[in-house]
Amino acid sequence: MNLEVNIAGVVLKNPVMTASGTFGSGMEYAELMDPGLLGAIVTKGVASVPWPGNPGPRIAETASGMLNAIGLQNPGVDTFVKRDLKFLEQYPDTRVIVNVCGHTEEEYLEVVDRLADEERVDLLEINISCPNVREGGLAFGQNPKTAEAITKSVKRHAKQPVIMKLSPNVTDIREMARAAESGGADAISLINTITGMKFDIMRRKFALANRTGGLSGPAIKPVAVRMVYEAAHTVSIPVIGMGGIQTWQDAVEFLMAGASAVSVGTANFHDPEAAPKIVEGIRGYMERFGMESVSEIALTESGSASGAS
Amino acid sequence: MKYKEEAEILSQESLGEDIFSMWLRTEHIAKEAEPGQFLSLYCRDESRLLPRPISLCEIDRENCRLRLVYRIAGAGTREFAGLQAGDRITVLGPLGHGFPLAESGRALIVGGGIGVPPLLQLARELPGEKTLVMGYRSRTYLEQELRKEAPLVISTEDGSLGTKGNVIDAIRENHLTADTIYACGPLPMLRALKSFAQEHHMKAWISMEEKMACGIGACLGCVVTSRDIDDHSKVRNVRVCAEGPVFDAEEVIF
Ligand SMILES: Cc1cc2nc3c(=O)[nH]c(=O)nc-3n(C[C@H](O)[C@H](O)[C@H](O)COP(=O)(O)OP(=O)(O)OC[C@H]3O[C@@H](n4cnc5c(N)ncnc54)[C@H](O)[C@@H]3O)c2cc1C
Ligand SMILES: Cc1cc2nc3c(=O)[nH]c(=O)nc-3n(C[C@H](O)[C@H](O)[C@H](O)COP(=O)(O)O)c2cc1C
Ligand code: FES
Repeated sequence: MNLEVNIAGVVLKNPVMTASGTFGSGMEYAELMDPGLLGAIVTKGVASVPWPGNPGPRIAETASGMLNAIGLQNPGVDTFVKRDLKFLEQYPDTRVIVNVCGHTEEEYLEVVDRLADEERVDLLEINISCPNVREGGLAFGQNPKTAEAITKSVKRHAKQPVIMKLSPNVTDIREMARAAESGGADAISLINTITGMKFDIMRRKFALANRTGGLSGPAIKPVAVRMVYEAAHTVSIPVIGMGGIQTWQDAVEFLMAGASAVSVGTANFHDPEAAPKIVEGIRGYMERFGMESVSEIALTESGSASGAS
Repeated sequence: MKYKEEAEILSQESLGEDIFSMWLRTEHIAKEAEPGQFLSLYCRDESRLLPRPISLCEIDRENCRLRLVYRIAGAGTREFAGLQAGDRITVLGPLGHGFPLAESGRALIVGGGIGVPPLLQLARELPGEKTLVMGYRSRTYLEQELRKEAPLVISTEDGSLGTKGNVIDAIRENHLTADTIYACGPLPMLRALKSFAQEHHMKAWISMEEKMACGIGACLGCVVTSRDIDDHSKVRNVRVCAEGPVFDAEEVIF
């Protein structure tokens, strides 16, 4: 038995990674757990120049979940390469997936070009789904035509395989998955956060300065599982599933729904060791069912609702 | 170094007005903790995902004990208040950067509301001449403990004890002066202290609060605006959980 998975030609030693924005580049978490146990680390979104993000408060807890409106604060790609990629050199067995953000197509491409020759970057994840920035971001991720177009441009520039990160804030996720595949994406990842809102009724204010924020955590898991299932049964490129994964049981659900790998996000806040525990749980599950490879976890069925493309 | 531990609750007692005091035993955290640092406390109820930041009120390094004093503000702190001696609670710490302890002339240590607790350990450890100024709504708490450390001046909103009004009123009424202010409390109080310190050419160290998710510097959820470009973020933002919670008042904009 082994836990290896192959995403667009890149082999991960196990199917568990950390979700973008919840783990930084691992530097802070390294004091509390071993990032080297992960299949991959997905970094916080990186832009061509430093972004200040949104004003505070940026965080609001909700029942079994949370809203965030960080607004993609990041130090810019130059600092990221010098500091974060350098730090990640000490985990040669863990793949590095750099999450890329931008306001315009040019801004995305600047980052993609800048990372092209960085050997520590194994894969790129293009965030066209952030609900917390007004221009760009989500705009690309809510229209299949623009999603396909930006996928094509990124693919023309990228030297690493490209994962397109999809937004759940759409009517039909299958359309968006198809658009990414036709644009040439090597894989897709979903879901990003679901747009939400909360009021502080005693202070009579919006809980978040940005008013809206992205909902994540166990509260969104059933929605995420459904969308991962629909996407995985629509395209033939690998799907990375996420949204509310807190335990290995949650992760196994996503793998059953057809994901090739999973990302753990908000759960890191609840337990810094959540991701490595999930790796061990998946191992135990496979042993129990006598499975040789992770892909056997997927539920195979005939006549599924959406069918393969 | 930060540690995640299952701390043992040694005692839990009410200090009145929804304020509770809890002593914990930890294996590592107490030994390395400094005044002004905080712990992340995890709830047992899984629907409350995010850890609650609570400042260290007393640090007993020798016996590996920590005291937390907290007000019931919602469901999480209500859950903590229900824990009994012998129970366990998952905590992460020590977190953040506390108050600088180098002697810097005469000190005014100023607390308001639920900002009082972290100043007890500071009052104990800060060298040099110091005066404590604590502002309460009506009833005081931690008063006896504070008096043991330094002269204590009190303000109450209803005038039931000390100066009627807030801590600034108490400072003026008692003609208190100093070289450095150390403060924790509500934002309006911190704002007033910042301008008071500017007026009188004093240095002010203030402990800030912001909503947190990771508590360790990774999520960028807890930032406040900074005067200068921060070395970590490369923008005008500093993390309350990492660079803070204690800041030079001149360096943060609020
Ligand atoms: C560095 C720091 C030190 C603190 N020290 C103390 C202390 O020593 N004693 C004390 O009584 N309180 C302290 N607080 C405030 C304390 O964290 C909140 O009262 C507590 O988180 C409320 O949780 P709850 O579930 O009871 O309330 P709820 O309002 O139900 O909490 C909902 C969410 O909002 C967050 N939240 C609510 N109020 C605050 C706040 N003021 N600051 C940050 N997050 C908040 C909670 O953590 C939780 O994620 C401190 C806050 C910070 C940032
Ligand atoms: C605080 C926070 C910051 C995030 N930042 C990013 C980001 O920079 N780029 C991105 O593509 N997704 C970002 N996300 C979305 C997560 O990567 C993930 O898609 C989402 O949270 C759902 O997974 P979860 O429920 O396990 O957290 C962020 C989520 C959170 C909670
Ligand atoms: S709470 Fe995550 S950076 Fe401060």
